[in-house]
Amino acid sequence: MIETKNLEFSYNHGKENEFRVLKGLNFSVKKGSFTVILGHNGSGKSTLAKHFNAILLPCGGSCFVEGLDTKDPSLLWEIRKRVGMVFQNPDNQIVATVVEEDVAFGPENLGVKSEEIRKRVDNALKAVGMYEYRKSAPHHLSGGQKQRVAIAGIIAMEPEYIVLDEPTAMLDPVGRKEVIKTITNLNKTMGITIVLITHYMDEAVGADRVVVMDGGEIIMDGTPREVFRQVKALKDTGLDVPQVTELCYILRQNGVDIRDDVLTVDECREEIIKIYNKHSAKGQKYD
Amino acid sequence: MIKITNLNYVYSAGGPFEKAALVDINLNIEKGRFVGIIGHTGSGKSTLVQVICGLLKPTSGQVLIDGKNIYEDKNKKELRYKVGLVFQYPEHQLFEETVYKDIAFGPKNMNLDEEEIKRRVLYAAKVVGLKERHLEKSPFDLSGGQKRRAAIAGVIAMKPEILLLDEPTAGLDPKGRDEILREIKELHKKENLTVILISHSMEDIAKLADTVIVMNKGKVHMMGSPKEIFAKANELRQIGLNAPSISELCQKLRDDGMPLPPNIITVQDAAEEILKLLGKL
Repeated sequence: MIETKNLEFSYNHGKENEFRVLKGLNFSVKKGSFTVILGHNGSGKSTLAKHFNAILLPCGGSCFVEGLDTKDPSLLWEIRKRVGMVFQNPDNQIVATVVEEDVAFGPENLGVKSEEIRKRVDNALKAVGMYEYRKSAPHHLSGGQKQRVAIAGIIAMEPEYIVLDEPTAMLDPVGRKEVIKTITNLNKTMGITIVLITHYMDEAVGADRVVVMDGGEIIMDGTPREVFRQVKALKDTGLDVPQVTELCYILRQNGVDIRDDVLTVDECREEIIKIYNKHSAKGQKYD
Repeated sequence: MIKITNLNYVYSAGGPFEKAALVDINLNIEKGRFVGIIGHTGSGKSTLVQVICGLLKPTSGQVLIDGKNIYEDKNKKELRYKVGLVFQYPEHQLFEETVYKDIAFGPKNMNLDEEEIKRRVLYAAKVVGLKERHLEKSPFDLSGGQKRRAAIAGVIAMKPEILLLDEPTAGLDPKGRDEILREIKELHKKENLTVILISHSMEDIAKLADTVIVMNKGKVHMMGSPKEIFAKANELRQIGLNAPSISELCQKLRDDGMPLPPNIITVQDAAEEILKLLGKL
């Protein structure tokens, strides 16, 4: 479990231009779960995520990874081994000129033995579907492929948690799908705990839990269905809902008795057809 | 008006990495249009806008703007002021000490007088929703969304007649994205500006554009109104694109026997049509 207790954080702490971002946040991520954090720019979501592997340290309160206090410098390696991070721009995360060397970079730095590295690199590349590109040069890959290599580099360190900060923001729709499929697969088959920060609401639909942040605080927390049904509240904080959820919301506003927690096109199709068939059957009775 | 005839562009022509990025493009874009360009990565969309704005010289073929060839030396200067390009992640190009100076950079190079420069900077800042207090700040002290606005303002201050935008909202949150797109749409209407917008968001294209160009493998695969284009969901899927999910839904409802019109592309239209069928309107 990752847990924050009364976590406070300010940029420029103690200086004149101090900017408070997190104001006593209590939050936890259960092992094995898939959590999505939503929130507009400046809501504090990246700041929170950077506490999970001690890139940022609390100004007040604490952050624990499996009980390890991130403020204790002697635990830094233990924490970073457990929690890997993937960032927005794949080009900033790739260090080597050959894919498999890039993936080996992490375990090498952890002092893993050569044969073990070989095994881990191959497995990691297979896990993200990039094994056949192991000898390629990263700059010849597409954005989605590069991002999957970056994720493989994290997997090779065998972390228990992977925190991804808008990993799809710079990708095209095909690349986005590849990356989300990869992440979902790591969670479901390898049991790696995922924390995904995103602006794309459709990427949140498959998560176990959606957390919405605003002004450094958590304002909603629940399953995707529980959160997305609050269409108006989400729009008020500057976020979106999936198009089909919005459609159902408008239909409800206009007196149609349709579920308010519809998330996917197929669910929505089923609901509307049910209502439509009922309606036309009624119409025929009166004829 | 932009007239493109038999345009070809080849990267590293003659070299080992030769790659044809644009193949036999023929296009007419009338003045005052709002054109959306879609296509997956590598389909040639960015190359196309860079050719239109005079950054890449076509390997063969012609680009005429208001009847003049943009690659003839005598036309270059005049035509480049007519066409403004906002690159992907334009905030990486901010460099001046203040936001004001950064926005003023383009107009200054056009040899305008100080009065006019000032007028244009204030105008452009207003268009993108930057406040006057932002203008004296360093661009590097702005938030991500504000930086993006400052960079776009720098192009708008040159008062182009044709504005090209390459994924202007990539990486922004939904609110920032909607605001910037609304501002561009307003500018388009008010100034009769021709806008060419590259986007991966079919939802945004459906809301904004009056014409959609679909690029695939360096060719214009389809061109038409958003309603015409997004009605072809299957064809789009074959080339790695999607129609907006609302169009997909309406298509499936039609397959199930609901008599919806074939070309619904926005949530509002879908809601209206469904409510009609349910007798609620």
